[in-house]
Amino acid sequence: MNLLFKFWSSSIGKKWLVALTGLALLGFVAAHLIGNLQMFAGAAKINAYAEFLHANEKPLWVARIGLIGAFLLHIAATLSLVRANRAARPESYALNRRVQSTFANRTMALSGLTVLAFVVFHLLHYTFRTTDPRFKTIAEGGLLETSFDVYHMVLLGFQNPLISGFYILSVGLLALHLSHGISSVVQTFGLKSKKSGLWIPKAGGVISLAIFAGYASIPAAILLGLLK
Amino acid sequence: MNLHLKVWRQKNSKAQGSLVSYEARNIPEDCSFLEMLDLVNEDLLAKGEEPIAFDHDCREGICGMCSLTINGIPHGPSETTTCQLYMRKFKDGETIYIEPFRAGAFPLLRDLAVNRSALDRIQQAGGFISAHVGSAPDGNAILVPKTEADHAMEAAACIGCGACVAACPNASAMLFVGAKVTHLGSLPQGQPERNRRVLAMVRRMDHEGFGNCSNYLECEAVCPAEIPATAIGQLNRDYAKALTLESL
Repeated sequence: MNLLFKFWSSSIGKKWLVALTGLALLGFVAAHLIGNLQMFAGAAKINAYAEFLHANEKPLWVARIGLIGAFLLHIAATLSLVRANRAARPESYALNRRVQSTFANRTMALSGLTVLAFVVFHLLHYTFRTTDPRFKTIAEGGLLETSFDVYHMVLLGFQNPLISGFYILSVGLLALHLSHGISSVVQTFGLKSKKSGLWIPKAGGVISLAIFAGYASIPAAILLGLLK
Repeated sequence: MNLHLKVWRQKNSKAQGSLVSYEARNIPEDCSFLEMLDLVNEDLLAKGEEPIAFDHDCREGICGMCSLTINGIPHGPSETTTCQLYMRKFKDGETIYIEPFRAGAFPLLRDLAVNRSALDRIQQAGGFISAHVGSAPDGNAILVPKTEADHAMEAAACIGCGACVAACPNASAMLFVGAKVTHLGSLPQGQPERNRRVLAMVRRMDHEGFGNCSNYLECEAVCPAEIPATAIGQLNRDYAKALTLESL
């Protein structure tokens, strides 16, 4: 606790907290993607996966609490850093040129906050199932066979082009966020050398693009009628 | 050549400043940016107006005293310092914005001159080694591998001008502090105080009100001494290690 407090109390320490929690969140994004891609393996497969997750309540809650903690710490530390950054430059330049910062870099707060808004909706949509009355079992007046019928829930959800559109936009912004975030984590850990500095941002871009393609493929396949 | 200048004029730290337009006429292409300002100031003095205040000293690109954000870039379109920027880099008839290095930690003194003592105070907090003074030690008494000597020398090239702070959208001084920490931390003489140094310098940096690094790397792009951003990486690593050891 003392260590956490010490890291929180300093500029570089807070950056470490952002990087460490960012890495944990990246791990979740990758694991969640692998889980989601089972949509392509058919209803039985992904529904069994959902049942498997819920059969292990205790480890699931440990992971959830860790994830929520990382998420909140990531946001709180970043907001605190951004506030200090604004205060550090009270008067701006009349003419301001950027030499080598990237678009992804300059829009981190914007992409991050949009993803946050998306996560709130996404949880209400598919986890708490409060936005769509069809996401209940047939016995309860909905359209799902069992409460683990994730396949049909996702299918019904993404058949709405507005929801799919917002989803694709959000995972796009998440990928933009990660394209800078991944190389930033390496730099914050002090692991970027002059040589690796040349390929790490590119690797970050490739990983982000793969994550975007993976996530966007599900609503795209549903809208195109490839998943039924 | 003739130039349209837009220069930040401000009487003192408390006064309200603004950009004022000046016409610089008959400027030789081969004069430096500071010499161009000298010529403009001579004209202003002849007209009985207050000359433009700006920082300068060696005019050889090594002291780190000159500053200026020229057309939005600290030290302007040169690879080195403002004093080594020549007017041939500009086009005849061009409009040039000349502003001070802007950062909360660099209070403005007058016009284009800012107080960069915050960097000195960071240096005083730990940017040194404690060694016995006396006669010079034997050249080869402490062996330093060539690669490490080069690594330290690269960071030691920092002249402390503050362009990194001026260029950073967050007004962060981490490239400056990173350079000092990398320089001393890469040599055997710097090892005994390595942990204490990085903690003290970063604490002072935070105390002075500099921002935090967002990895924009604008600092690296404008640094007249070409300090690489890997220095910030080393700073991050050294600081985390020292802070963890201190907490245990």
